[in-house]
Amino acid sequence: MTKSYVWVLAAILTAVGTLMFLYKWLVLGFPVYERQEIPAWTVETTIRFDSGPGSIKVNLQIPNLTPGFGKLDHYSVSKNFGFGVNYAGGGREAEWTVRRADGEQTLFYRIVVYEDKGSQQSDTTPPFPIPPLINEPLRTAVEVLVAEVRDHSADPASFTAELLRLVNNPSPNSNIELILAGAQSSSDFVQMMTTILEFARIPARMIRGLVLQEQQREMMPVPWLEIHDGAAQKNYLDAMAIAEKRADIAQSTLFDFSLYSLPIQTQSVYSVILMMPIGALVMVLMRNVVGIDAFGTFMPVLIALAFRETQLFWGIVLFVLLVAMGLSIRFLLERLRLLLVPRLASVLIVVVLLMMLVSILSHKLGMETGLSVALFPMVIIAMTIERMSVLWEERGPGDAMRAGIGSLVVAIVAYLAMGMDWLEHLVFAFPELLLLVLAIVIILGRYTGYRFTELGRFKAIGRD
Amino acid sequence: MLGAAKRLRNAGVLGLNERNAELIMRLNPRRFYPRVDDKVLTKKLAIDAGMAVPQLFGVIDHQGDVSKFAQIVDGRESFVIKPAQGSGGDGIIVIVSRSKRRRDSFRTAGGVIVSEAELEHHISNIVSGQYSLSGGKDAALIEYCVQFDPLFEQVSYQGVPDIRVIVYRGYPIMAMVRLPTRSSDGKANLHQGAVGAGVDMSTGMTLKGVLGIDVVEEHPDTGAPIAGLRIPHWDFILQSSARALEVTELGYVGVDMVIDRNLGPLMLEMNARPGLNIQIANGVGLAGRVARIDEIYNSADDPVTRARISRHEFAAERQESLPLDEVAA
Repeated sequence: MTKSYVWVLAAILTAVGTLMFLYKWLVLGFPVYERQEIPAWTVETTIRFDSGPGSIKVNLQIPNLTPGFGKLDHYSVSKNFGFGVNYAGGGREAEWTVRRADGEQTLFYRIVVYEDKGSQQSDTTPPFPIPPLINEPLRTAVEVLVAEVRDHSADPASFTAELLRLVNNPSPNSNIELILAGAQSSSDFVQMMTTILEFARIPARMIRGLVLQEQQREMMPVPWLEIHDGAAQKNYLDAMAIAEKRADIAQSTLFDFSLYSLPIQTQSVYSVILMMPIGALVMVLMRNVVGIDAFGTFMPVLIALAFRETQLFWGIVLFVLLVAMGLSIRFLLERLRLLLVPRLASVLIVVVLLMMLVSILSHKLGMETGLSVALFPMVIIAMTIERMSVLWEERGPGDAMRAGIGSLVVAIVAYLAMGMDWLEHLVFAFPELLLLVLAIVIILGRYTGYRFTELGRFKAIGRD
Repeated sequence: MLGAAKRLRNAGVLGLNERNAELIMRLNPRRFYPRVDDKVLTKKLAIDAGMAVPQLFGVIDHQGDVSKFAQIVDGRESFVIKPAQGSGGDGIIVIVSRSKRRRDSFRTAGGVIVSEAELEHHISNIVSGQYSLSGGKDAALIEYCVQFDPLFEQVSYQGVPDIRVIVYRGYPIMAMVRLPTRSSDGKANLHQGAVGAGVDMSTGMTLKGVLGIDVVEEHPDTGAPIAGLRIPHWDFILQSSARALEVTELGYVGVDMVIDRNLGPLMLEMNARPGLNIQIANGVGLAGRVARIDEIYNSADDPVTRARISRHEFAAERQESLPLDEVAA
């Protein structure tokens, strides 16, 4: 009866945990791997034309360094054509040349780019623009608009932002209406913005770009507005794109109820706390399935947590050192016949002093790891020493050492399990996976089979 | 590995997980634990139920009363100090005589001379809860030291051998004699190094012994063969053990009995989580016997009937069961 309840509960927990995990992974797109592969895009242009007989020279504007992207590779596929890249007019140009060709020609240019937040431009600084010649009545309208925007901005970037905000106003004033009257397409619109910006002596130009999306086969370049704010190029999507982008951001925050919404400091604490159930699972496995003797219920898990601060090797060295020194002092205290609680308190104080000594000594010897021993839970060590000494007296050194080594082994396994980066990331991104851990622990709670060590213990029985 | 597990399963060996989940958690309600964990209470309940127990000389349950120790043992040559809530024999000191050379000094079962001050420190540790299962306050019992029956003299190194009987739903299902050794310091506890000898439930004869996890034929200190000793008062021992159900209301309990030279079998203590090494000593698993009791369980059986059924059912070596009337005779 109880057993079937256990299975039902475990099944529910597993189902809920798995469904939440799958939803977050597949629908919301949470990354499963810590080092999520950065999306790389293959952008390809095809130039197809029918040439008459004669020599051909084809020039194609190709992406320069674009802010937010890095270039992985680029190459051209073309038959019989010579290929070269030139820097010209603040951008890059691919050039194909051939002496003699006839008929239909197809040229491919392919560039592989990846998202790289750190990538900043740029290699060229454009010259100060010469104010363009604008005819009346447009000229007055532009002058008024520029004056207004300049009053509300501080630098080229904020000037551009303010300009775009004003011209995208759903109920524009008469000046803006006049300016936008001639802009039929978005490229006209960007061209007009470029003119206004140049009028305000901000280097600006229209570029054509692609909004990278998954699984797009054919795309038309979208006109973008690019300005140079003195240090770097900045790209501005056209009005529509800006709005869409905003909507995207708003929508994603709706779903953002994950731990990622917490402050970074809290996140780092949780990334440790969320690994404790993994340690507890290890503990359950080691105790109930393997059958290793250890002190206390969760002491090995706490020791494992302490190892995170010191790294494994030094953690073991320090733990063994402190417990050994503490044990010998505990046996000295035994002669004083102290009562239990004062004796425990004395051991704790001695452990604190020992830790201090270890830290100072290791610092003098130039070993930095000794310093992190201060984060070792002192009470845990004091309790270990006390339990071990009682066990030592009652059941002899053999049992005490066995339980001590058992605790250390469980702690090491728990440390290794809790130290797996991919697991830590997985549990942090998908805390609902802990429901699966809970299900496993609950099932193991009804595990009535033999412990691994019992196979050896009872080996004398049933051997006929 | 799986083969080893299968072999144990076939032999009906009870594992720790199964014992905890299927027997202890199912049959031993926690509210009845004090009846076995608190030895003062156990003694009282056992006397009420008609079990014979060692006489209680005194109880010390306050640090302030520790000084009364000398008064309690005044004029007594031998006695035992034990924590009321201890487990597994931890914290028990057996005093067999007073030291002839030093005043206020005692000789333990292991031959060590201890002073009164040392014993008072030990009692103080007991009272402050060092041996208590819960770690809380405890009491120290000072009681009659059993004068053990010479029967086991050849297979004991000092100390008092005792008889552990596992009682399942009131039926004694398995038993062993625990024989102190030099390394167990006179204590009859298997994990402290005592030898356990299986017992034929139908005859009360000892079988082979177990030391640690290994089978032994002879006592490691005396060299005397362990098998073939007949435990006296076997019927009485089984009947007393069977009463453990009425005393404790626990469905799975270990009853520890000793045989006093003058007083006969005495119940020392009971245990709600009896260990599993008894299976090695008997060379047979508990799970099979548990299953058999579940088949023939009858809630109307009284302790005497239950003891008789056990003698009939659980003859050693899984040999052909003795006819019921022959057992009665």
